[in-house]
Amino acid sequence: MDLEYTPEQQSFRAEARAFLEAHVPKNLPPLDTPEGFPLHVEWEQLLFDNRWAVVDWPEKYGGRDCSLLEWLIFEEEYYRAGGPQRATQNGIFLLGPTLLKFGSEEQKDRILTKMARAEELWCQGWSEPGAGSDLAALTSRADKVDGGFKLYGAKTWSTRGTFSHKTFGLFRTDPESERHRGLTYFLVDLQAEGIGVRPINKLDGDEGFAEVYLDGVFVPDRDVLGEVGKGWNVAMATTGPERGLTLRSPGRFLAMADRLVALAKDRPDACDDRIRDRVADHWMKAEAFRQLGLWTDRRIAAGEDVGAESSVMKLHWSHLDIDLHETALEILGPDAESEMKNGAWMKSYLFGLANPIWGGTSEIQRNIVAERILGLPRK
Amino acid sequence: MRFGFSEDQKLFQATLAELLTDECHHEALAAAWETDAGWVPGLWEKLAAMGVTGMSVPEEHGGIGLDDTDLVLLLEEAGRAACPEPLAETVAIATPLLAEVGGAHADTWLPKIAGGEARAAIGLERERFVADAAAADLLILQRGDALHAVPASSVKTAARDSVDGARRLYAVEWTPSADTLLADGDTGHALGNRVANRAALAAAAQLVGLGSELIRLTVEYAKGRVQFGQPIGAFQAVKHHIANAYTQLELARPTVYWASNSVAKNTDSIDLDVSTAKALASDAAHACFRAALQCHGAIAYTYEYQAHMWMKRVLVLREAYGSSAWHRRRAARSLIDG
Ligand SMILES: Cc1cc2nc3c(=O)[nH]c(=O)nc-3n(C[C@H](O)[C@H](O)[C@H](O)COP(=O)(O)OP(=O)(O)OC[C@H]3O[C@@H](n4cnc5c(N)ncnc54)[C@H](O)[C@@H]3O)c2cc1C
Repeated sequence: MDLEYTPEQQSFRAEARAFLEAHVPKNLPPLDTPEGFPLHVEWEQLLFDNRWAVVDWPEKYGGRDCSLLEWLIFEEEYYRAGGPQRATQNGIFLLGPTLLKFGSEEQKDRILTKMARAEELWCQGWSEPGAGSDLAALTSRADKVDGGFKLYGAKTWSTRGTFSHKTFGLFRTDPESERHRGLTYFLVDLQAEGIGVRPINKLDGDEGFAEVYLDGVFVPDRDVLGEVGKGWNVAMATTGPERGLTLRSPGRFLAMADRLVALAKDRPDACDDRIRDRVADHWMKAEAFRQLGLWTDRRIAAGEDVGAESSVMKLHWSHLDIDLHETALEILGPDAESEMKNGAWMKSYLFGLANPIWGGTSEIQRNIVAERILGLPRK
Repeated sequence: MRFGFSEDQKLFQATLAELLTDECHHEALAAAWETDAGWVPGLWEKLAAMGVTGMSVPEEHGGIGLDDTDLVLLLEEAGRAACPEPLAETVAIATPLLAEVGGAHADTWLPKIAGGEARAAIGLERERFVADAAAADLLILQRGDALHAVPASSVKTAARDSVDGARRLYAVEWTPSADTLLADGDTGHALGNRVANRAALAAAAQLVGLGSELIRLTVEYAKGRVQFGQPIGAFQAVKHHIANAYTQLELARPTVYWASNSVAKNTDSIDLDVSTAKALASDAAHACFRAALQCHGAIAYTYEYQAHMWMKRVLVLREAYGSSAWHRRRAARSLIDG
């Protein structure tokens, strides 16, 4: 056990900190708004130009070939500096790793750099009106035609769908198939003919969702990711890391816990012992997530299979985030109501309330923990 | 940054786990409840033969001189077995203190501890009673800022009840003297804080082991017990009780390992790290206990089945050396007021 960062890791941290402290934009309007989105994209481009957009990616796609540990360090620094939400996140954290694993060289060369540079923004197209938690119940289909496929159906709750250029998701290519067989993973251009995009406002009023309609949209063969009919396996690789460290790194919650401590310091009269206990409890749980991240990093390095344990993490931070915000709102009292600017407490509370729903609900995560980690019977 | 254990550390853990599986199984534990000392007869000698009692004793006193990061996995195993021996008190708390103070007390006691001829009991001012005070050989006792090493022969004990049938609790009457003094004043205060942190860490490590075993027992039971034509473990309500407790436990686990390093190195964040570990481990083990009881139904509410011995140890250790409330409060002071 050696809990000191190496001199290289320390200088990596220092370099990230210096860049972020000098450049993180302050007071941006919210990401999911017509005013805020382009400013967030500009910021992504600045990150990319300085090779901070995708530190863990190969150099040829704009990364630094960093280890998971260095990525965790970068994330701590990013949120410590007050960095805004990542406009590129569905691309760089979800599709990107899947492409690196399953994509052809041609696809990687064509897609990854543009994704990282925020030139092409991606949204996810999994959910359908009739298929939420039960994703395998999806009915959108793709019919084989000359040189590609024609796609039909509807995808919904596509985060930032109205601001995105492309989407990725599963379509049924074998009409005889059932459930998770006969599905194919497609990369779809949202500007293509036959696409309709309808914005949907989220709980906080921003235009964060879209419903995407597909009526005979042509997708060329080269935009199939992985094998035709094997889309489920490819998709599971996309949702895997999403549930663990990578989409919500410990750094976020450490920064949030520090903000909460600062709020409690600022408003001692609003903090009785019960509130102070809760502040300490949230801080400890954020710290525990940081330590679990470092522990998991070593387990991965030792070749252990930690796949399903990402559900433990998602359950932990999903609820920590909400509890922490509820304590902040209680400290703020009547002032909480108007905390609606980007990043302010009420605004980010409404954002966090979705944690136990997206990316596999908490009920689904508990099923995964019980069945895949603990080995309890499915039926 | 390498937050993991070495192969040697894991091997030692596995070896101890094997010994405890053979010698400290639940029937042995049930039998220990009926003995005077509450211990498993012969187990301490086997622990000594394996080198466990000498683990933290410096080499010049006949031990192997390992530190808290080496001990933490062993304490977790002791917890997993609900081992009633005063392993934490002797190896993880008294020994490092004696080694640090040195002098005559260290010369007298450390070789005996390494050889398995002496067991220690710990009486900090915050705790009212002292476990094992009558059967132990050496008592580490606190009065104000002073710490004393008191031979058991020179104290008077009066037995008290404990919810845990393996715990022998006593009120202790004793007189501090120059002969028994280990340290006082500022040194005593600082050492006292270190002892308290070590004790809290040792309890936290055992709580993680206890929680793990309760989860394991509950999963096994839920796979086998059939109601309404299916294993109860296939009911989602049962799954979710267990999954929630497991999630809490897996978040507490790294904090205990992390704190073992803070204690070993006496880092600046020692108080905060130990409080995090003890608070989260206490709450997690308690959640495991509640899930275990609920998911077993009536059987776990009886003496017919082993789980109650683990549950009672959880009830004791979660309050020992600072409850989760106490540790959260200490953390809040350092975070908000510090
Ligand atoms: C903020 C946010 C962003 C999102 N972004 C995207 C996106 O970008 N792309 C995308 O495709 N989708 C996205 N989603 C959709 C998300 O993936 C789904 O909401 C989620 O999978 C749940 O599906 P559902 O909403 O249809 O709820 P349902 O599946 O209908 O679930 C409703 C309730 O029933 C429970 N339930 C369902 N099945 C079970 C079961 N087997 N056991 C126990 N309880 C069960 C659920 O836990 C939940 O409490 C997003 C959702 C949110 C809230």
